[in-house]
Amino acid sequence: MRTRFDEQLDRLHQELILMGALCEQAIARSARALHKGDLALARSVPELSAQIAQKEREIEGMCLKLLLQQQPVATDLRTISSALKMITDMNRIGDNSADIAEIIVRTNLAGVDEAGQVHDMAQAVIRMVTDSVDAFVRSDVPLARQVIRDDDVVDACFNNVKKSLLLRLRSAEPDVDYALDLLMVVKYLERIGDHAVNVANWVLYAITGVREKVS
Amino acid sequence: MPESILSAKHLDLWYGENHALKDVSLDIPANRITALIGPSGCGKSTFLRTLNRMNDLIPNVKITGSLTYRGEEIYAPGQDVTALRKNIGMVFQKPNPFPMSIYDNVAYGPRTHGIRSRIKLDRIVEESLRGAAIWDEVKDRLKKPALGLSGGQQQRLCIARALAVKPDVLLMDESTSALDPISTSKIEELALELKQNYTIVIVTHNMQQAVRISDCTAFFLLGELIEFGNTEKMFSQPAEERTEAYITGRFG
Repeated sequence: MRTRFDEQLDRLHQELILMGALCEQAIARSARALHKGDLALARSVPELSAQIAQKEREIEGMCLKLLLQQQPVATDLRTISSALKMITDMNRIGDNSADIAEIIVRTNLAGVDEAGQVHDMAQAVIRMVTDSVDAFVRSDVPLARQVIRDDDVVDACFNNVKKSLLLRLRSAEPDVDYALDLLMVVKYLERIGDHAVNVANWVLYAITGVREKVS
Repeated sequence: MPESILSAKHLDLWYGENHALKDVSLDIPANRITALIGPSGCGKSTFLRTLNRMNDLIPNVKITGSLTYRGEEIYAPGQDVTALRKNIGMVFQKPNPFPMSIYDNVAYGPRTHGIRSRIKLDRIVEESLRGAAIWDEVKDRLKKPALGLSGGQQQRLCIARALAVKPDVLLMDESTSALDPISTSKIEELALELKQNYTIVIVTHNMQQAVRISDCTAFFLLGELIEFGNTEKMFSQPAEERTEAYITGRFG
């Protein structure tokens, strides 16, 4: 029964995992480039972002084909429409990673004092992205909820870096450019966390059929 | 697109005064599922039946134009119709097993074509029933009456019967419209399996079915072929307004 449909859904899962892996790579490279001052690595991120955009198109095509061919209902309908929404957020994650890389290349913002904090923040964000896609593939409600909670950690990281930058700006000879550039970097990371939360919310909808309340 | 196996060129058909097919030109690709859709009376079933000359018995039928199977004119004088129907088999809307055992239903065709060896027949029966995805359900009651099977099983038995004579093309005339969704889904999965070895042409009123299983779709209206092409394309961006109106349910 419906063997073919199940195969197509499996393929959709595989493609989402691949897209998720590309997103993780893009964030990791940007974060590492910042940490190690590796400009060549930073320059490789836009290409990854383009691959992510390409993946979005492919998955979008798969979803539309499934909607057309299978007229999915119930869980199937929610799974496919959630996938369609998730990939938009995942594409933004690629864009935001490329934005970070661009700042690093443009400003020579490397090996900075806040590197440790930024590194931790990036790790937390990567984890959220991985978990949100895993939660979708495994229909794992607790994991999706964990992703939503983990965003508080990322927000806390953001606030810490912001505070430390504020202190710098209030000093006698503030490096304003540096503070603004780094603030942008952590803001992008914080945005990536929000996108992962959106993905997790779509995962919850796919599994439970209930949309989380607008916060 | 693979080579075409059945090809109509400027085909016209009249039932007496009724002009049922108008200048239809259509190439049916081998090893694909082609769906014929359109409202009742549009000519899709008529077209399907011309492919293995099921219209021969209807009085006052007149056919002009060209219709070929592997390059040979189907309506050529002297065409061996029995051989043609062996190559181009048909499964009808309602399951119509013969009132005999499951085994004899499947063996009927091969026997008609002169196969007498029990060993050969046993092998053909098993292969055909396996090919129609019903072997496991009937292997222990091959001698039981076919009419004791459920509707969905009967229809798969009819497919097995059609496969038993080793056809090349399988015509399915609304073959799932009398079945429940589970049986329908089994037949659809079966059709998708079978297209590796056979060319399948289906007539269906169920557009979702056309989208789910066919590679190409032909839309007929009032005896004319309005549009023919890739199914996914036709159901996402039809070229003709009338196709759009029909598949979106605005008429028909």
